[in-house]
Amino acid sequence: MVGIRSYGAYIPLYRLDRSEIVKAWRSNFPVPGEKAVANYDEDSLTMAFAAGWDCLRGIDRKEIDGLFFASTTSPYKEKQASTIIAGAMALRRDILTADFGGSLRAGTIALRAAIDAVKAGSAKNILVTAADRRLSGANGLNEMFFGDGAGAVLVSNEAVAVDYVGGYTLSEDFMDMWRSDRDTFVRAYEERFIREGGYTRIVPEAVSAALNEYSLKPEDFAKLACFTDDPRHVNSAARILKFDPAQVQDPMFMTTGLTGTPMPLMLTVAALEEMKDGERVLVCGYGDGCDALIFKVNGQIENVRDRGGIKRHLESKHMMANYQQYVLWRGLMYMEPQSRPDRPTISLSALWRDREWGLALYGSKCKKCGTPQYPVQRVCQVCQSVDEYEPYCFSDKRGKLTSFSHDHLAITEVPPITVCIVDFEDGGRVSCNMTDREPDETTSGQDVEMTFRWMHYVGGVHSYWWKCKPVRF
Amino acid sequence: MGSIKDKVAIVGMGCTKFGELWDKGQDDLIVEAALEAYEDAGIEQKDIEAAWVGTMFSGDTGRLLSEPLKLNYIPVTRVENMCATGSDAMRNAAYAVAAGVYDLVLALGFDKLKDTGWMGLGKVPFPSESRGLIGSQGMSGPSAFALLATAYFAKYGLSPEEGKRMIGMISVKSHRNGAKHPKAHLRREVTLEQVLNAPIIAWPLGLFDCCGVTDGAASAILCRADMAKNFRDDPVYIKALQISVGQNQGWCRTDFEFTSVYETVAAAKRAYAEADIKTPREEISMAQVHDCFSITEAIIMEDLEFSPRGKVKDDIDAGFFEMTGGLPCQTDGGLKSFGHPIGASGLRMMYECYKQLQGKCGERQLKDPKLGLTHNLGGFPATATVSCCIAGL
Repeated sequence: MVGIRSYGAYIPLYRLDRSEIVKAWRSNFPVPGEKAVANYDEDSLTMAFAAGWDCLRGIDRKEIDGLFFASTTSPYKEKQASTIIAGAMALRRDILTADFGGSLRAGTIALRAAIDAVKAGSAKNILVTAADRRLSGANGLNEMFFGDGAGAVLVSNEAVAVDYVGGYTLSEDFMDMWRSDRDTFVRAYEERFIREGGYTRIVPEAVSAALNEYSLKPEDFAKLACFTDDPRHVNSAARILKFDPAQVQDPMFMTTGLTGTPMPLMLTVAALEEMKDGERVLVCGYGDGCDALIFKVNGQIENVRDRGGIKRHLESKHMMANYQQYVLWRGLMYMEPQSRPDRPTISLSALWRDREWGLALYGSKCKKCGTPQYPVQRVCQVCQSVDEYEPYCFSDKRGKLTSFSHDHLAITEVPPITVCIVDFEDGGRVSCNMTDREPDETTSGQDVEMTFRWMHYVGGVHSYWWKCKPVRF
Repeated sequence: MGSIKDKVAIVGMGCTKFGELWDKGQDDLIVEAALEAYEDAGIEQKDIEAAWVGTMFSGDTGRLLSEPLKLNYIPVTRVENMCATGSDAMRNAAYAVAAGVYDLVLALGFDKLKDTGWMGLGKVPFPSESRGLIGSQGMSGPSAFALLATAYFAKYGLSPEEGKRMIGMISVKSHRNGAKHPKAHLRREVTLEQVLNAPIIAWPLGLFDCCGVTDGAASAILCRADMAKNFRDDPVYIKALQISVGQNQGWCRTDFEFTSVYETVAAAKRAYAEADIKTPREEISMAQVHDCFSITEAIIMEDLEFSPRGKVKDDIDAGFFEMTGGLPCQTDGGLKSFGHPIGASGLRMMYECYKQLQGKCGERQLKDPKLGLTHNLGGFPATATVSCCIAGL
């Protein structure tokens, strides 16, 4: 049986209280709640990685046959993000990687494609990730609405915890929200047209068709995990479909904001965290049509509870000081440049050559003296034996801070950077920057974990590498 | 292994005014430093048989020296070994004399750092960057050395306030000394309160914990020891010249604590053996060490065996490294106050030793110094290039 073997999610640590936006613009349309905001060193790629990493907890990464990345905000227009994620996870090379975009429905489209591939037998385990970090114009409703996050599910035909029952897809060209190849900010058409002409017409049609096809009724479902582009629209659609409001999975408008492409996956994860053996969830993606996918939980679900998921990520948060911090992190202001040298351009040949230790944080472990070392040392630092090592992964290990400094002179858009010496619990040392930290709370001996982050953008190349962060949960 | 001890003498030295020399180019600095050394040694340029020029940031090849000076088609080698560049230029020159190939040679170090428009130094390589991978992660020199401070304070149980006070006193002392030297860059005394209240550059290091970024040049004329008295009555003899270069240990090995720099320990050990020094704390009369940051000087004092491990604070509190103390350090103000044109610094340190040994330092003159030590620490504490030189009458 094809279905979901594991799930994971990622919500950035930082939240912006919407009252800060209201305050900044003296807005006449105060919107309650808070939104999740990716740190300056997080983008859709890194958040998708983090959700996928969460999803693969306790699972051998070498089993993965495919990695899908769904987003409308990939760092690249021409270049796969999924291969970067797969490389950072050190997945096998003989796998299918694919980026899905073009629509906020890309998350459920990727999920359908994974299900179809596994069903067809061309893969056993496909990791589907989805993330978005969308921008809207300042002082618009969508600036209040949008939030950042990521979701992931592992589609498999073995050890499945959530069986795939079936689905229905409807495609229709419909301009409600979009971004052209020349746009940075999301555009939206008139609100009533979006709701009446689109969402509350198309979603009920697709969901009804799915229910009919599998002879199910609204009351057969524990949860409706449905994308929405406005916190009110999902309730309108549910009412039309005769779903009880209690069945509607909270779209997390008050806690993360509307996350776009990953929303159906994130809501599915949130639903699955609460669901028990035998319960059904209807997963609904929307945008240029609608995917309505039916899943049924089985007893294996109890084996994948040890996840960050939605709940723990939601609980772990840090409120941002103000709106300016958000504007700065999104690069929306011209900042006075530091009087420091320009960054050197990246050597792409070196980047490729060193991909294993550069991207996946692999080092070497000496076969003679057993010392883990980063990066790979052909001559052992300790016993000087030559080429006697095996690859050693640091990215999934925890460590402690041996020393640190908050560097205000560093070449960075957001000083200070926190320079750290991390010593790992099983040996080995990495020097890296710390993120998601409060400078005043950084101490020698602090427990840290590794996190995959965006480093900088030079010459059209987004660089990614690892940082440490205080252990989140 | 052989020894350089007493085989080579310094018979002339030069040093430009250090500072932000907006109106001087690097050729001006080179000409000034060379001419002072020629005059001091009483030689003419045509007497020089070979030359070594050290710079980290200001250009390539020996023509950096031969072109402005119009050297007579003699061999000139450009030397680069980060902050030990000047000392290594002198080391190469001294070894060529000791080898018996040349009788009279010139070593000159310089850097023209203030033409960049940047704050601080330029590009600071990071381990991964040196392999061309991620590029700079942005780490600056100050934070690479601040790692020493955080780790030292933690290991020896100093609160940030106690630790900052300890290293702050180092900067106060160096400014006091440098203020008296007419060629120093930052000629102003500072109070401990000023140091402690200064803006943070890289926590826990503040503005006054960091040395200046400076233009300048310094030079030395070296000859065979047995010829030295032909040039002057008070030549200074080289007793030891050692360099130690790291193996990336600090970025890699968990037993590296960031409270000692292995290369300083190694270079000092070899230098003391070469110069036949058993108790450096007693035998060394004065030291000019690489105080690129105040914490660096504190740890150097322990690595050079001037202070016992973890006890440098006691010596700082007791004024042991002041002009009036048992082992005066940074008698010209050090990198902190005299300034740090990277390629010049090693030779600038020797310039101060040389002048002190000859008794020519006026109001700054120490009483009857016998042996001077100079020390440079290039790169990062985690993996460094360190020179340790000893000279005496």
